[in-house]
Amino acid sequence: MMFGGGRFHGLTQEAAKPADVGRTLRRLLGYFRPFWSLLVAAAALIVVSTLLRLAAPYLTGVAVDQFIAPGDEPRPVWLESLILVLGVGGTSGGEGVTVDRAVGLNVTMLVLLGTYLLNWAATAGQFYLMTLVGQRVLLHLRTRIFGRIQMLSLAFFDQQEVGDLMSRLVNDTQVINRVFSGGVVRLASMGLSLIGIVVSMLTLNPRLALASFAVLPVMVLTTTAFSRRARVAFRRTRQTIGEVSAELQENIAAVREVQAFAREQENVGEFEVLNAANRDANVQAESILSAFSPALDVLSTIAMAIVVGYGGYLALAYDPPLVSVGLIVSFLIYVRRFYEPIRGIANLYAQVQAAVAGAERIFELLDTQPEITDAPGAVRLPPIQGRVEFDHVTFSYQDEEPVLQDVSLTAEPGQMVALVGPTGVGKTTLVSLLTRFYDVDEGVVRVDGYDLRDVAREGLRRQMGIVLQDTFLFSGTVMDNIRYGRLEASDEEVIAAAHLANADQFVTRLPEGYQTQLGERGHNLSQGQRQLIAIARAVLADPRILILDEATSSVDTRTERLIQRALDELLKGRTSFVIAHRMSTIRNADQVFVLHQGRIVEQGTHEELLAARGLYYDLYNSQFRREA
Amino acid sequence: MKYLWRSLGYLKRYWLLAAGAFLGLGISTGTRLIIPRLTQVVIDNGIAVGRLDIVLWASAGTVGLAVAGSVFTFLQGLLAARTAQGIAYDLRNELYAKIQSLSFSYHDRAQTGQLLTRATSDVDVVRMFVGMGFIQLLSAVLMMAGSIALLFVTDWQLALIILVLVPLTFGIFGFFAGKARPLFMQIQQRLADLNTVLQENLAGVRVVKAFAREAHEAQRYTQANQSLFDLNLVVGRLFAVAIPLVFLIANLALLAVYWIGGHQAIAGDLSVGRLVAFANYMLMAFFPMLMLGMIMAMVSQAGASAERVFEILDAHSEVIERPDAVEISAIKGHVVFERVSFRYFARGELVLKDVSFAGEPGQTVALLGATGSGKSSVVALIPRFYDVTGGRVTVDGHDVRDLTLDSLRQQIGVVLQETTLFAGTIRENIAFGRPNASLEEIIAAARAAEAHDFIMGFPDGYDTLVGERGVTLSGGQKQRVAIARALLLDPRILILDDATSSVDYETEYRIQRALERLMEGRTSFVIAQRIATVLDADQILVLEGGEIVARGTHEELLAESPIYAEIYCSQLQGGDSGSSTGTELECTQAQGEIER
Repeated sequence: MMFGGGRFHGLTQEAAKPADVGRTLRRLLGYFRPFWSLLVAAAALIVVSTLLRLAAPYLTGVAVDQFIAPGDEPRPVWLESLILVLGVGGTSGGEGVTVDRAVGLNVTMLVLLGTYLLNWAATAGQFYLMTLVGQRVLLHLRTRIFGRIQMLSLAFFDQQEVGDLMSRLVNDTQVINRVFSGGVVRLASMGLSLIGIVVSMLTLNPRLALASFAVLPVMVLTTTAFSRRARVAFRRTRQTIGEVSAELQENIAAVREVQAFAREQENVGEFEVLNAANRDANVQAESILSAFSPALDVLSTIAMAIVVGYGGYLALAYDPPLVSVGLIVSFLIYVRRFYEPIRGIANLYAQVQAAVAGAERIFELLDTQPEITDAPGAVRLPPIQGRVEFDHVTFSYQDEEPVLQDVSLTAEPGQMVALVGPTGVGKTTLVSLLTRFYDVDEGVVRVDGYDLRDVAREGLRRQMGIVLQDTFLFSGTVMDNIRYGRLEASDEEVIAAAHLANADQFVTRLPEGYQTQLGERGHNLSQGQRQLIAIARAVLADPRILILDEATSSVDTRTERLIQRALDELLKGRTSFVIAHRMSTIRNADQVFVLHQGRIVEQGTHEELLAARGLYYDLYNSQFRREA
Repeated sequence: MKYLWRSLGYLKRYWLLAAGAFLGLGISTGTRLIIPRLTQVVIDNGIAVGRLDIVLWASAGTVGLAVAGSVFTFLQGLLAARTAQGIAYDLRNELYAKIQSLSFSYHDRAQTGQLLTRATSDVDVVRMFVGMGFIQLLSAVLMMAGSIALLFVTDWQLALIILVLVPLTFGIFGFFAGKARPLFMQIQQRLADLNTVLQENLAGVRVVKAFAREAHEAQRYTQANQSLFDLNLVVGRLFAVAIPLVFLIANLALLAVYWIGGHQAIAGDLSVGRLVAFANYMLMAFFPMLMLGMIMAMVSQAGASAERVFEILDAHSEVIERPDAVEISAIKGHVVFERVSFRYFARGELVLKDVSFAGEPGQTVALLGATGSGKSSVVALIPRFYDVTGGRVTVDGHDVRDLTLDSLRQQIGVVLQETTLFAGTIRENIAFGRPNASLEEIIAAARAAEAHDFIMGFPDGYDTLVGERGVTLSGGQKQRVAIARALLLDPRILILDDATSSVDYETEYRIQRALERLMEGRTSFVIAQRIATVLDADQILVLEGGEIVARGTHEELLAESPIYAEIYCSQLQGGDSGSSTGTELECTQAQGEIER
């Protein structure tokens, strides 16, 4: 489902956002810091394997020149020593070490074999280390983001699309991993070889060296220009994939509505639009990258042409020539070697833009501050009696009109408090303040005299049991779902709680009883059955304060009565808040508060309120109204 | 491999682009091969012999070739990106359409996180293979074939040696790719598990917070994360060994040539020139093998992901439109259940047994019964969300299985038990089933659903944003928007599945009055726990254990059915007498009578 119009913004959705790339990059690299020793090891292995790779042609050269087709090259010292150590050759006078050609070949080939095997080991080690570091960073990053999400308050989730959040955790982290695992290490080794080459070029012939560096500034300019464009393009890809994933998530989760209203065609059409936007963003980003690499190719070829042209000029225009042909040839090789790492670095830099775009979205999430935090000196709530006090509480979601205005109520320990009123009057909001899902705008909510804002949330919620309007079950067994109320509960305790909530009956009839797997949101159970499981979950939590927010609205009244009786027993000495429309549910309450337009307009017991013939009386009678 | 081939089938639509990309690759590779030759010319024929003009011309030619090559490299990148992104686009669209069309029973078992992972991450993996891996694979194979052919021409003995090595390389390739594939399958599976934990955590955030389970959730996530990490490391280790192994084999073959050939040369059986030529050809033939090594991981990963993607595309929807399904133009609303039995999944218990009843146009049929007695299952069969196990459901005499789904569902308004609003404005949400409805129609529907007043209470009225990024509506308000959404369809059949459970009685009463007006001559099915909701129904069906145990009007049932009387009374009795209303009296009387 995609609807147009302006949207609220929890996190930014805009693509064009001036951001400090350097800072983002530094921060991203910070995640690699704990693994610096592994990175150094990987870089060392790269150096080793590069050297070993260079050794191979040299060794074959030695084999050919010394033994296969012996020329007049002097025998290298290392080979002589090796032959002596192995004792396969002999010394004769001033001739140095002599050795049978076949034996010499064998020795050289064995050395070559050794370098190949070592190279294999070094490359394998380097590959493995890179995977290790990359995956570790990914692991760490994901855990960090998830941890941050857990800290955020409900007000944040009211504003956020689940799919977009998921995309940040799933797609954006992956893109970082793709670029960085290996990239960091490659960068180091490329930098190293670059320095070596520059030094040799300068010592060989400064004039020619400077000439071949001529295109370097152009290259820097090109890289910055390209990467700026790439960054913008990649930001778009990150953002559009977030939208695609939000669309997918929403409509998969609500597929029943979609089918019920035969909306498939429209939805597919709308999805195609978002999907196409994502495709086009990707094509654009990739085409910028595909233009970048050839552009660098051209520049490095120009550099070579300069060497050839200028070198040729120096060789031919002067007599005696300023440079030799051999020098030009070796310079050409150097130039190629010089521009290889430069191209690598530049390419990496452009690709890093994709990672930066992903990282920006991740850091934005990591930097989101929870609206509700434990106060610095928050105390852990001791075991409570259950006295609840709302003291002139006013509250509004966002900047709307107040949902609750100047609400005051007191529930004594052990009391059952019923909240009554027309839909949308603020009953659910009121209990959400009690659990501190949201913070009050004005006034105070107290439990046992503690201002909720002064206590740690966990200690508070641990002592409350809540059955929410929308029952949510996790995929897992029935047992797991009930146990969510108290993780350390034994199977027997879980079953006892289910029994109390009257869930036991239907659960035992399920194919695998308590071990039956529930689909996501428990779709293989009826709504009423789901409510029973949610009640069992709250019962298991053994709360001091129990909140039932329309907990039995879909449960038939007979079952509800059984639950009620069991709860009466359980709730002795505990405080409970009950929201319900069904009067049979609330008539036993010790106190009934009638809400209207965000205020408490009536309060008292069922009898008192009926006698008062006010709003409660009307509400009560409306359930018996029949056509006149 | 089968699935990989199938994903390549998508290339057909983009064959021109793909061919272009391939051509671009060929040309740019060609120019890259020619450039060193030109440099050679500069040195040998220019500098060495003192011809400055040749030096300059050839240098200019080099630059020109480089530019041309670069243009083709760019084209290749661009076309490959278009091809691959186009295929990803097609796959995602198909997946989305398929997911939207899969029946309720599929979604009862599927996890959102799972489907989401396949539509994003797995499609990406396939895309990268098609965009890069496949072109590389193809060019590697072509290059290999070319160089072997070249070898045969120059030296068939050597070519035979290399021909032995080719299967060896492919063997290793196949071995590791085969070993890695199930691992990649598992990786994607664990990634999906990780995403499921995440998705459920986000969707169930209120429960998580209510029970202060943040730490537990973090632990669950970390666990899934760790298990993904572990497996990634296993695969990492595998390829850390495998990829350089391909290089090693190439190197060892080269070593063998030098070693054996070296001895032959020393013995005088082989010229040194020929030996060096051997070695060079060898390198040429091996280069594509090295390329194969590099893309080995990509191939097996793409194979695994392609299988996961096609698993959804091939998923068999239980509710399928018959090829000869007829369009039903205007439903009158004659709904008949004929000995219907139903179970949700193959081995499951029957949730409906031998259910028969008829709803006439203009009637309101109410379903009543204990939690889990099968009420929702009955109404889910009318719009054909599921197919019956036995018997049949007919609408105006047509078996619902003979009708097109769209024509059937578009004329049935459904308010589901659990209301989901979508991210967007209230107006858009009400217009969900009829996006082109005018504002007047929307307001009329909202008025009938008693939603107009509270909607106008918001500063933005009908343009107020709701859903994931909007204002918080109460449960009762959401239900009323959902009712308005169903009414806007101007349905011939209306199904209210516990649609007013969170609405107060007064509002509900007004909604009912409005419905009576609107649904005149149409059929409604109402499920409710509250007796007050069903009092005026033309027909009340009492279900128990999936069977209809009693039926009739309120008065009839009150007189005849003990179960109904019990349900009725359970809502009215509370043990106090401060409020003796006539109804309560009636209840006690009725119960007494039945008992007698």
